[in-house]
Amino acid sequence: MLRFLIRRLAFAAVLIAITSSSALLLARLAPGDVTSQLGPFASSVDVENTRRRFDLDRSPLSQWGLWVGRAIRFDFGDSFLYNRPVAPLVAQAAANTALLGIVSLVTATLVGLSLGVFTAARTGPLPAFVRGLSLMCLSLPPLVTSLALVFVAARTGWLPAGGMVSASVSEPRWSAWAIDVLWHLPLPVLALALPMAATFERLQSQTMGEALNQPFVMAAVARGVSGGRVLLRHAWPSSMRPICAVYGVAIGALLSGSFVVEFVTAWPGLGRLMFDALRARDIYLVAACAATGAAFLAVGTTAGDLLLAAADPRVREQ
Amino acid sequence: MSSVKRLAWSLLVIVALAAIGAPWLSPNEPNRRFDDLLYAPPTAIHVVQDGLHAPFMYRLHVVSRLERRFEVDTSRRVTLRWFTDARLVTADADAGTPLLLLGADAYGRDVFSRLLFGARATLAVALVSALLATALGAFAGGVAGYMGGWFDSVLSRVCEFVLVLPAIYVALILRAVLPLVLPAWTVFVLLIAIFTLLGWPIVARGVRAIVLVEREREYAVAARAAGASDGRILLHHLLPASLPFLRMQASLLVPAFMLAEATLSYVGLGFPNTIPTWGTMLQDASNVALLGDAPWSLAPAAAIFIVVLGVNLLAQDRGRAPVQLEP
Repeated sequence: MLRFLIRRLAFAAVLIAITSSSALLLARLAPGDVTSQLGPFASSVDVENTRRRFDLDRSPLSQWGLWVGRAIRFDFGDSFLYNRPVAPLVAQAAANTALLGIVSLVTATLVGLSLGVFTAARTGPLPAFVRGLSLMCLSLPPLVTSLALVFVAARTGWLPAGGMVSASVSEPRWSAWAIDVLWHLPLPVLALALPMAATFERLQSQTMGEALNQPFVMAAVARGVSGGRVLLRHAWPSSMRPICAVYGVAIGALLSGSFVVEFVTAWPGLGRLMFDALRARDIYLVAACAATGAAFLAVGTTAGDLLLAAADPRVREQ
Repeated sequence: MSSVKRLAWSLLVIVALAAIGAPWLSPNEPNRRFDDLLYAPPTAIHVVQDGLHAPFMYRLHVVSRLERRFEVDTSRRVTLRWFTDARLVTADADAGTPLLLLGADAYGRDVFSRLLFGARATLAVALVSALLATALGAFAGGVAGYMGGWFDSVLSRVCEFVLVLPAIYVALILRAVLPLVLPAWTVFVLLIAIFTLLGWPIVARGVRAIVLVEREREYAVAARAAGASDGRILLHHLLPASLPFLRMQASLLVPAFMLAEATLSYVGLGFPNTIPTWGTMLQDASNVALLGDAPWSLAPAAAIFIVVLGVNLLAQDRGRAPVQLEP
């Protein structure tokens, strides 16, 4: 167990180092630099100062070395766009993205798995309807769903069409802020969770169907174990393995999906921050965003592996 | 053929026909601006006015350009013209009002015509990159599975690394670090290159696993015993075994790439706005204030849904777990 965790930690470190370094170097080598944000009439002194402030007067490699040296002491540099250190900026955006991602993942899991067990265990018009519905939802990528939901929200005014906090909620009262965020949450969560819930439903239905045909289920029924108990205590655990395996992959899809959803619904997350940083060639911000994204990935895949180990004793043996 | 499969194929064939027949099926030039008709609603087609007539429409007058209010002038019928100017159906040029089957966009361009032409660019990018990614993946995976050794382990590591990254972010970074404004053809080639780079590892991993099993089979051993060269064994014996997988994977990559193009164009890093693609068209929908009054800006989203649904139904019909919404 300890060895497993150490290995994952090393993997995470490597992943974060590679992605952030390559993001930094790519952004540095990209045509144009952050001084173009100063506008065409900036004095040459300003341009010179800005270039010095962001180490653009050095060669890319020596800049990278400097950045690595500071980053291991948790100094990630300044953002030009926001004129602040990047660490708190990225932390805020990452928290917003994590909120969106975790709520979506939990929703998708609860809805998907329970419906999957239902469609596998029962026959009739209702399960057939659920199956059809999830096939539809599978084909609704977050880009399409979020646009459609924003349209519905704009048309009906049932939910706010974008953003995370209303402009009117500016007072620092914690409860008012939380309620406002909760009010803004359903739309992006729905857009992100729908296709994922459908994926989980289809997968759970498939594996549950296979599990129900296993001899040990028949044996349990023969012993007189009640139907619900057979379903939940016998068949379900053995059907969990492929689903846990998908969890590790789901995190990548979740991050990709959240980029689009954040963009469409103006959710102030990592995706939008990174996009703006990339366009402005705000290199330290780009690097920090990439590092955070990689950290999310590492956490996600590790969580997936732990789940897999919890569900399947054979994995634990390795 | 099951009914699901028939439905899936008909969806895809309709989209393909729309893309191929765009110049003939579209009532207007995709880039022609009707300056009075920004965000004009779809034209209604009538057949009844004091008795039955050939399909006709009414003139649309702009009442307030600022509020985007329009008025239908029912005093005169404008009969639709069929099979003229090499178009299936269009409105008379001197009738003073165009046939806008799906309304007009922010520049007063015909959304329906743009949708048809958009299918060309969007699907061309997706199809070409899917083919290239599949070919490259099959080759790399085949060689890795057949040769083993250092090439295999390096390739496997690279594949794992690329697969774990969220594709859209990688595409975003790769695109954003190049000049932000590029001519359409450069964007076309660039997007294909980026998507191919993102897509091949999935294919390679699958093909490698198949080849690894197949090379131990009797027929492969027999071929080797008969003195066939490595290249021949790989190309004529082992890779054909992975054909069903390749077909499946290529068909799943198409909608994934289509979405990637739409996403990049939507955020402004894909094709320039003058080129109609489903992604650039969706930019109109990003104006939330106007979206509520102009649901037809979502037409490209519906088109994307149809293609993804068609491919998913096909995958479902083959009994495979459907998929990933990203490469």
